[in-house]
Amino acid sequence: MHKTNKAARTVNWPITILLIIGCVTIFFPLYMAVIIAFKQPSEMTNDIAGALALPASWSLSNFAEAMRVTDFWHSLGNSLLLTVTTVVLSIVIHGLGGYAIGRSMKGSKFYNFAYLYIVSGMFVPFAILMMPLVKQTAQMGIANRVGVILCYTVFFMPLNLMLYRGYLTNIPLALEEAARVDGATTWKTYWSIVFPIMKPMHATVAVLTAMSTWNDVMTPLVIMSGTGQNTLPLAQLNFQTQFGTNYNLAFASYLLALIPILLFYIVCQKQILNGVVNGAVK
Amino acid sequence: MKLSKGAQDRKRTFMLITIPVLALFFCFNTLPLIKGFMYSFTNFKGYGSYEWVGLRNYIDLFSDARVGKSYWFTFKYALVSTIITNVISLVLALGLNSKIKCKSALRGIYFIPNVLGGLVIGYIFSFIFTYVLPVIGQTLGIGALSSSMLSSTGKAWIAIVIVGCWQAIAMNTIIYISGLQTVPEDVYEAGAIDGVSGWKQFKELTFPLIIPFFSINMVLCMKNFLMVFDQIMALTKGGPSQSTESISYLIYNNGMSGGQFGFQSANAFVFFVVIVIISVVQTTITNRKEEQL
Repeated sequence: MHKTNKAARTVNWPITILLIIGCVTIFFPLYMAVIIAFKQPSEMTNDIAGALALPASWSLSNFAEAMRVTDFWHSLGNSLLLTVTTVVLSIVIHGLGGYAIGRSMKGSKFYNFAYLYIVSGMFVPFAILMMPLVKQTAQMGIANRVGVILCYTVFFMPLNLMLYRGYLTNIPLALEEAARVDGATTWKTYWSIVFPIMKPMHATVAVLTAMSTWNDVMTPLVIMSGTGQNTLPLAQLNFQTQFGTNYNLAFASYLLALIPILLFYIVCQKQILNGVVNGAVK
Repeated sequence: MKLSKGAQDRKRTFMLITIPVLALFFCFNTLPLIKGFMYSFTNFKGYGSYEWVGLRNYIDLFSDARVGKSYWFTFKYALVSTIITNVISLVLALGLNSKIKCKSALRGIYFIPNVLGGLVIGYIFSFIFTYVLPVIGQTLGIGALSSSMLSSTGKAWIAIVIVGCWQAIAMNTIIYISGLQTVPEDVYEAGAIDGVSGWKQFKELTFPLIIPFFSINMVLCMKNFLMVFDQIMALTKGGPSQSTESISYLIYNNGMSGGQFGFQSANAFVFFVVIVIISVVQTTITNRKEEQL
């Protein structure tokens, strides 16, 4: 920047202050969740001061109880298992698919059709697939975590394929051709050259897939409902129907469900923001 | 012309990758879609035997008051939420893109709602609407707030709009910010020389340049809001008296446990066609606008 005049450097304080005040709308619900999670049922009074006040003591007993009732570690484990497996499968399958289809589309009707066929899947709402998928996964004997993972791998395919293909159009063929001249097979070239080049796209795909999988309720709800297995959001749903009246316990449980993704966000904020923008704009 | 060994290997490998990928996609996307279409011509309850009923379900669909109500709610919800979300996120993005202190911290904070799950957020807001807002309303003497919004047939949908927007604004703001960053600084400088500032600057300079981002947000928003499910599940379960039953929720509720598998399949198929039409129309309109500019 060659121009360092005063006007360009002044901080716009009114807007800064307005934006800081606006953060209340973000933090208020979270603040409510925190204070209720720490309170005892006897502290829940019916006036403003009582509703907004901090808890009398910061006891973790509600959290311990909520963990026991919702079988927290088990649900967390399931959520992690579903998310990690889906992300890995997405990067492997969609990356390969994006490469094979993207690199062959030039002058090939078949691959153009394959690409459009998969990408048009983006318009299919889950509501229409839901009921037949429940029947189908039951018939195939995968009305469990395996079925949910397979469904996710297919649901995220249109977007991820599009992202990978878009990214590859900007990568010259020269490297792959050089590898071919050296006698490397296509398969080997992909893993040793193309896969590492697509690293920024893997990050985007991982972030988008992980966040949608982690927060999804509907798919596990309809497909694994018979297995007795819970994901973290599903555990809250079941908790609500069983113990809906004990708000302190419920909120401790909600907070426990929110903490993992919040931690993930705090640690990988930059990648997440980049990933979300890339996914939407490209 | 004979292909070289390398080119042949490349062709074969690509085919060997593409076929299983297509098969997987067919199996869990197209096959259920076809099956759903077939079920929509039956009176299948979700269990037991069933018969073909031809177009019966589709005819009933158009005279079914509950389905009509759910379409009315879903479209009202989607339209209002889309407008509110886009207006607020555009303002927020302009603010977050101006010369402010703690820029990245503020941007980070305003994105938080997007990473949190809709169901749990719904439960937290449900408590606020049921217990906190009425108390505030009573203390301040605001009649409209003094009873729970969620138990009123006229106001429950507003509560869902608030929660839906609270989450969606985060996402749209980030997209608008990335749009605003593509506007070069000299556009504003040139505008300033011509004496263009404030609202006029936004209307004539900034907005036309970020139209592509506006269209992304419109399409994204509308599609997500039309498929609303988690918030309904957490806040109202479609009530009171079915005033907030979204199409997705109705299909889930009556199709999965209400014995209307066939009928709701017809509903789902119509919903699918509606979504496709809206997406196509929206994309063509915004594309045409972009070309004009």
